[in-house]
Amino acid sequence: MQAQAADTGALLAAENAKGKPKIVRMAGKLAYRNLFHDRLSLVVTLTGIVFSVVLVAVQCGLYIGSETMIAAMLDHSKGDLWVVPFGTKSFDDPSFLIGHEKYAALSTPGIAGAEDLVVGFAGWRKPNGGTTAVLLIGSDHQNGSLKPWNITQGSIPELAEPFAVAADDTYFADLGIDKLGDIAEINNTRVRVGAVTHGIRSFTTLPYVFTSLQRARQLLDAANTQASYTLVRLSPDANLESVRADLTDRLKDREILTQREFRSRSVDYWLFQTGAGSALIAGAALGMIVGVVIVAQTLYSSTKDHLNEFATLRALGASAGYIHKVILIQAIMSAFLGYGIGMILSMIIIWATKGTTLLIIMTPGLALLLFALTLGMCIIAAISAIFKVTRIDPAGVFSR
Amino acid sequence: MKEREPNRKTLLEAKNIVKVFGSGAYQVKPLKGVNLKLYAGELTLLMGPSGSGKTTLLSILGCILSPTEGELVVAGNSTAGLDAEGLAKIRRRHVGFVFQGYNLFPTMTASENVMLALDVRAAPVVDPPKHAVAALTAVGLAHRAAAFPSKLSGGEKQRVALARALAGRPSVILADEPTAALDAENGRAVMALLAEVAKDPNRAVLAVTHDHRTIPYADRIIRIEDGIISSEERPQKDGSPPAAHDDHHHEPQPIATPSVTTEPATTQPTGSDKSLRGRFRIRRHA
Repeated sequence: MQAQAADTGALLAAENAKGKPKIVRMAGKLAYRNLFHDRLSLVVTLTGIVFSVVLVAVQCGLYIGSETMIAAMLDHSKGDLWVVPFGTKSFDDPSFLIGHEKYAALSTPGIAGAEDLVVGFAGWRKPNGGTTAVLLIGSDHQNGSLKPWNITQGSIPELAEPFAVAADDTYFADLGIDKLGDIAEINNTRVRVGAVTHGIRSFTTLPYVFTSLQRARQLLDAANTQASYTLVRLSPDANLESVRADLTDRLKDREILTQREFRSRSVDYWLFQTGAGSALIAGAALGMIVGVVIVAQTLYSSTKDHLNEFATLRALGASAGYIHKVILIQAIMSAFLGYGIGMILSMIIIWATKGTTLLIIMTPGLALLLFALTLGMCIIAAISAIFKVTRIDPAGVFSR
Repeated sequence: MKEREPNRKTLLEAKNIVKVFGSGAYQVKPLKGVNLKLYAGELTLLMGPSGSGKTTLLSILGCILSPTEGELVVAGNSTAGLDAEGLAKIRRRHVGFVFQGYNLFPTMTASENVMLALDVRAAPVVDPPKHAVAALTAVGLAHRAAAFPSKLSGGEKQRVALARALAGRPSVILADEPTAALDAENGRAVMALLAEVAKDPNRAVLAVTHDHRTIPYADRIIRIEDGIISSEERPQKDGSPPAAHDDHHHEPQPIATPSVTTEPATTQPTGSDKSLRGRFRIRRHA
């Protein structure tokens, strides 16, 4: 029996008659194989992405860390309005109010409570010699809202003892002390470390030292009715804007700021007016640009390496969209891999800087933002490769 | 010599195809009015010297290039006025390609290469891996389904390429110098397969070739010279003079070349026959 027509169509049709047909999905596999085929190119791509992710993570983490440090005192106090000296730039840029602001506030309708805060620069003489500047913060530890937090040794009641202060262990080396009970001098007055906190870091690098309101006034030569800031809490039914208007009328030459306004003013001053934040943002942007360039370059050369294959796909009838899909999947896979490795390295860096004065913070929001940026970066980088394949002439498959 | 049209379905028709590249002093006109039909169930050879316009014609017949003038109808669909995406749609629905250089994807196994073509064609199948293996079985390569192209011989690669073309069940298969990169034995095996798949009553196969050893497998031979069809004939496979028209199939029986039968293989093929396991087997004629 010879020369019967071959019926490959019937053979394939028979395969199809056995169930419900489904569309074959191979674009992902092709992208994966293309990506992992050239290991060196993959390493270069991932290096670019990882470099970018780590740089952006650290810069953004520093930015968030800086914001957290700048606003730490504000975030740990509970108040609705702040009475501050006119022209105050930030919490860490203190001067003294005229005086009696607390009593003026308490006599204003709609105000439930008010507390004075004394904040000022002071000279700290180390036990073994040498001096350094500190930012002294005096507050009412019994009834006030701002108290030292993260206390690891000692306690708040111990700060009520004469000349007791709280210092943060992050700055022990700067302050020349190493334990609870150490003795030093502030503005030539003997003080004792009555409590030790952990992780209260200062953006200005001047260590925060906490003490009682009365002790702070003594150490900073302030009058008994003077404060740097008066923190006001409103009655539950009070209208913030009308209380603010009343206070503004009563307290000329001072500014009345909401908690949010004071926070925003402090953060803006340190991060943008001094240029520190701009440098961090510029660093992050640079990281993104370098990442885009490296990924674009490697993806482009990978596409060039596989140009004949893309031309074959086109000749086989693949739509331009199908080929773009393969390149985009390659870019997205690179993004996932690079992001994963980059985040692991970033977390190691953050862990390594935990005990230092450098505060790098990774939040879920930042992690999500970084992922979106990495994905966007890789997709943007894929555009050059897509332009390249768009110009493929499928007729080239016949000329080889 | 122009022959009478056979009583078969026309699956591809080129009407007065002209192709011009460039303009002015740099103008080149590789095709000067080509009329051609491909019929179902036939293997047609397109032969001609270098520079005669074979590749340009193949590109146009495969809907890769658009003609400057004339009309192309593939499986009843005119390509007139179609843009690149429209032509791509015709290609993926109706045309299968076999390339001289195989053009397999080196990072994909034989079966994945076939499945990739199914994906490109958006052809729904029940079990893609089984479908790919079925296509490979049709070319006798089921046992090499998991092999990467780098591990396949030239003949095997070309058969995978043929399986890839077959998998989408196209109306027309266009083969560009399918034997040029193969040794004589593999060349014969591939031509035997092409002749075999051309027997499908719903498929036409066109092979562009320089290789005169392929002539015994052809149902029809079209010669092109200087951009026009110079002759068209149906070789007699029993040694008698070419017929003007022949509606019947003749099994190619060249001396010392393999022919393909669809008789079920009763024993496992060995040696060079190993390449055509299962559904097809090679028979050598002394």
